[in-house]
Amino acid sequence: MKYGYFPGCSLERNAAAYDKSARAVAEPLGMEFVEVEDWNCCGATEYISLNLLASYALSARNLAQAVRTDGLGELVAPCSACYLNLTKCDKSMRESPSLAAKVNEALAAGGLSYKPGSMRVRHLLDVIVNDIGFEALRAKVTRPLTGLKVAPFYGCFVARPGYVQFDDTEFPVTLDRLLQALGAEVVDFPLKAQCCGGHMTQISEGMGLEMIRRLVKTADDRGADLIVTICPMCQLNLDAFQGAMNRHFGLNLHVPVLYFTQMMGLAFGLDQAALGIGSELVSSRAALAAIGATPEGEAGGPPKRVKKDDKALPMPAPLVRA
Amino acid sequence: MTSATAEASHPVTVEKKFMQQVMVNTPGETHLEMCIQCGSCGGSCPSAAEMDHTPRSLIALIRAGNFEEVLSSNTPWYCVSCYYCTVRCPQEIHITDVMYTLKRMAVHAGIKDPCAAPDFSKTFVSWVENYGRAFELGLMSMFRLRHDPLGVLRITDMAVGMVSKGRMDLAPKSIKGLKSLKAIIARAKALEVVA
Repeated sequence: MKYGYFPGCSLERNAAAYDKSARAVAEPLGMEFVEVEDWNCCGATEYISLNLLASYALSARNLAQAVRTDGLGELVAPCSACYLNLTKCDKSMRESPSLAAKVNEALAAGGLSYKPGSMRVRHLLDVIVNDIGFEALRAKVTRPLTGLKVAPFYGCFVARPGYVQFDDTEFPVTLDRLLQALGAEVVDFPLKAQCCGGHMTQISEGMGLEMIRRLVKTADDRGADLIVTICPMCQLNLDAFQGAMNRHFGLNLHVPVLYFTQMMGLAFGLDQAALGIGSELVSSRAALAAIGATPEGEAGGPPKRVKKDDKALPMPAPLVRA
Repeated sequence: MTSATAEASHPVTVEKKFMQQVMVNTPGETHLEMCIQCGSCGGSCPSAAEMDHTPRSLIALIRAGNFEEVLSSNTPWYCVSCYYCTVRCPQEIHITDVMYTLKRMAVHAGIKDPCAAPDFSKTFVSWVENYGRAFELGLMSMFRLRHDPLGVLRITDMAVGMVSKGRMDLAPKSIKGLKSLKAIIARAKALEVVA
């Protein structure tokens, strides 16, 4: 299956691991991603706070570029904010012909146009769960995530407001089921669709860090080895700000935060480096050792190779639970 | 639904004028007059405790025509855009979108910033308008230095970590079609009417 692919600014750099792992798992699942040519920033939650029409024009330019690039009519966005803005723009243009006309008048200044409804925008989770399906996922698993306890974290935009609805607004379950298909143990995580705080660490630090604390602490209390996310903003807040949060509250929490595509890649037996594992600030190394996954490269079990010139004391093999 | 329908069912009075402005500036159907003041929005809001007014109070103020208090409130700027209020509102009022509208109206009216958030949005947008892409290091360093210079120290280890893991660009990147994008944005701004 072929899809248009909209990486967005985060996946270019701070969430490069998400981009890398999404592309790495696409191949074994028979998915082909065609990146939208010369896409621009979706405006996040900032542009629409200042200019309505310009923020729609920004997203409409991306939709127009997507139509020009792949002409397939389906566009996959792994980033939840890009997904929200692209679906919001398309929906608003479909519902209001006068707005659509204005947006197109703006696009015309750049030699572009977009016919509302001509591009179906979908989140990567939607595509994997509904087009590929859990059975096909299970069939690709060579190294089940057995014994790994994970807290699935959806954040806001995939669940709400639901311009494209493929899961529940209050209690989504698709990521839970996906992680179970990979063999992981999904812990009960009641805050799974809560907000990560977005840009709040920059606006009101105490409040932003408190939102992060609630999520990380609850995941830890529930016994999660890892938090699994589907959004670069959520990953950034929970991972990169975990140290600042610990300092602020005098805590010593250590809960790594990985993308669901990284978990898929691990279960498919792919190399950690190919999945961008190791770029998280809260290291996942100890947590992943529980499933026999180490960065040195091994597939389908504990390390088979011991370096001959290793002068260090022999270490016990990582615990693998059947 | 259009402003015309809203105006037909609600003749414009001084009090109602502001509420109608808010509705006209919000895409889609938003019936602020149908709010039953149940407070589901404030009860669902993760940042309500830090807000000058809860979303419910703010809607009451909008309906009372108290535009000065509404537009100078920090409430819209503390909205984290989680959309819980929107999906839980029994009257289907698009509260999150109303918050965006109020931010735009406040900036347009030249209201004094009630917190650092408007400047954060402006800084973010300036990178997008000049390069076509967001630039995190530029955004965070410029914004922090203006609003919380000592706070830079508190996030230094994080920034160093991000750079050393290759997760932060040191210079902004530009899209190829920047000229066309700038023309699109300029035209959109010229077409934008804030009622």
